[in-house]
Amino acid sequence: MTTQPFVSLKGIGKRWNGKLGVEDVSLDIPEGAFVALLGPSGCGKSTTLRLLAGLEIPDEGKIVIDGRDVTTSAASDRNLSMVFQSYALFPHLSVAENVMFGLKVRRVPRAERLEKLKRALEITGLTGLEDRKPGELSGGQRQRVALARAIVAGQRLCLMDEPLSNLDAKLRNAVRKDIKKLQRDLGITVVYVTHDQTEAMSMADIVVLMKDGRIQQIGSPQELYSAPVNTFVAEFVGAPPMALIKGHALTGFDDDTTIGLRAENIRLEKPGKGRLVCTVTECEFLGAETFIGLAHDHATGLTLKAPGMALHPSGHTVEISFADGDLHVFDSGGKRVARAT
Amino acid sequence: MSNPHANLERRRQAIYGWLLLSPAALLLSVFAFYPSLATLWSSTFSRGNRRNPSEYIGLENYADLFADPTFWLVVRNNLFYAGVTIPVSIFIALSMALWANSKIPARGFVRTAYFTPTVLPMIAAANLWLFFYTPGLGVLDQIGALFGLPSVNWLGQPETALWAIIIVTIWKEAGFFMIFYLAALQTIPEDLKEAADIEGASRWTYTRRIVLPLLMPTTLFIMVNAMINSVKLIDHLFILTKGGPSDASKLILYYIWEMAFAFFDAPHAAAMTMLVLLVLGIVAAIQFFFIDRRTHYQ
Repeated sequence: MTTQPFVSLKGIGKRWNGKLGVEDVSLDIPEGAFVALLGPSGCGKSTTLRLLAGLEIPDEGKIVIDGRDVTTSAASDRNLSMVFQSYALFPHLSVAENVMFGLKVRRVPRAERLEKLKRALEITGLTGLEDRKPGELSGGQRQRVALARAIVAGQRLCLMDEPLSNLDAKLRNAVRKDIKKLQRDLGITVVYVTHDQTEAMSMADIVVLMKDGRIQQIGSPQELYSAPVNTFVAEFVGAPPMALIKGHALTGFDDDTTIGLRAENIRLEKPGKGRLVCTVTECEFLGAETFIGLAHDHATGLTLKAPGMALHPSGHTVEISFADGDLHVFDSGGKRVARAT
Repeated sequence: MSNPHANLERRRQAIYGWLLLSPAALLLSVFAFYPSLATLWSSTFSRGNRRNPSEYIGLENYADLFADPTFWLVVRNNLFYAGVTIPVSIFIALSMALWANSKIPARGFVRTAYFTPTVLPMIAAANLWLFFYTPGLGVLDQIGALFGLPSVNWLGQPETALWAIIIVTIWKEAGFFMIFYLAALQTIPEDLKEAADIEGASRWTYTRRIVLPLLMPTTLFIMVNAMINSVKLIDHLFILTKGGPSDASKLILYYIWEMAFAFFDAPHAAAMTMLVLLVLGIVAAIQFFFIDRRTHYQ
């Protein structure tokens, strides 16, 4: 193992007419990693991907792929493949022609081309659909053609721009697993853009959470979940997101701090013994557990996770408590405060 | 089977359909179908005069046409005219569209400039070119004189007259066709270009393998239009050459007009009109049924 990262972005900035695209984005990606660029729309995650792909050229900073400075190289010189949100399949070409397009352009001999095509179609489960046109395929099949086109050339870096956003929820789950398995089997490095935190948390080794063109936190899904660096990360990651309570609502905390609390760390308490008195707003029964939404004047997003069926009438007053060790403390600027214990 | 509600519903749908169709059907019948049939009818009669009233003569008018050397000359002229103007104007239109669609400065100006010839009335454009072509005074001759070239009477000699007409047509049609290509180019999603870029396709490969096939429906449409236009051309000829010299630039429609209104030979003109309709119908059918199959529609 070399210590040098496979892909490296250093201080990347890109602006359009003074409008912010991305600012000071630095990111190191080891080979074989699955990296998710996560964030709300307009946060610069797609721009970062397009800069990496060479579809845009950064105003400042440096991009290194596999030890080569590619900051201003053309997309075709970067030895990567890409899956587009719209799939970008060529509508007049058959599945086979679509998949082999890049091989043909790169003048790969015919026998080798067909061999690679066969393998790519097998991996993506498209065998038998070679002669269909994209218009004759279902959404999921089109998505797999886009995947096949991305892996057929055997590039070591694959970029994916919200590849699942056009699929229905059930298919999305299945394809999510397929993509993850594909990435692991082929040992390729994937940079994956998504606005869906479930997708990012379930697939990625490294999650990069962005907001307003800047990186908020880089870390494993577990790190983002259990140690969010600021209130934005806390509220973005996890379903339900972390509840935020103003410091003065609890005893023993400074007034200008914000306290974060996960749903699974909250428990119901008998009247008179709880640390907060709240009102039930809604109950969401999910089978194995029930999420009970709670309202409190000085808190947002308070949710209680109760096992099994545990419905409470709305408007009902309940008391909750929690252990001090489960609390996340953020300062007045929203930054995480490291705690002694 | 004989569900009364279903029958009623179907009948209502049918009446609704016919009502929607009737305005177009009426207009087409009065101004297209009936005149065509009337033309077919009159093409089978002889030309009447005071001594010999018009009588039914079957296909004799057609036989006369086939025996007429001027008819064949006009057909040859028209084929040559179509054979040059259609491919050349399509090629120029496509090149201009690809260029005007890319990110160039003053894109709006370029587009407008290319479209200007189409906006000009035919007669005005023809007069403009008449001035260009005039021997001695004309722009072409003046430019030629700068390089010491002799004066050429472009419209007045059989060798160049048809070419002069062809150039005017290309100048006028290329901009018009470009608009169709521009519209079609804008329907091609940007990310196809990006996908091709990432696969390492050059600009030329992208154009040849992706853009041109996706433009095929437009090309087909333009070809049919250009084909019809090539037979419809008449106004330029009135201004520029009147079909001369010695019929060198005479095209089919002008010949029909001449026959009907200069020689007052309506039956022969009718017969020739029928032949034109027949040929145009066959060409359109071939274009739509054969090329259509190899064309991708989005």
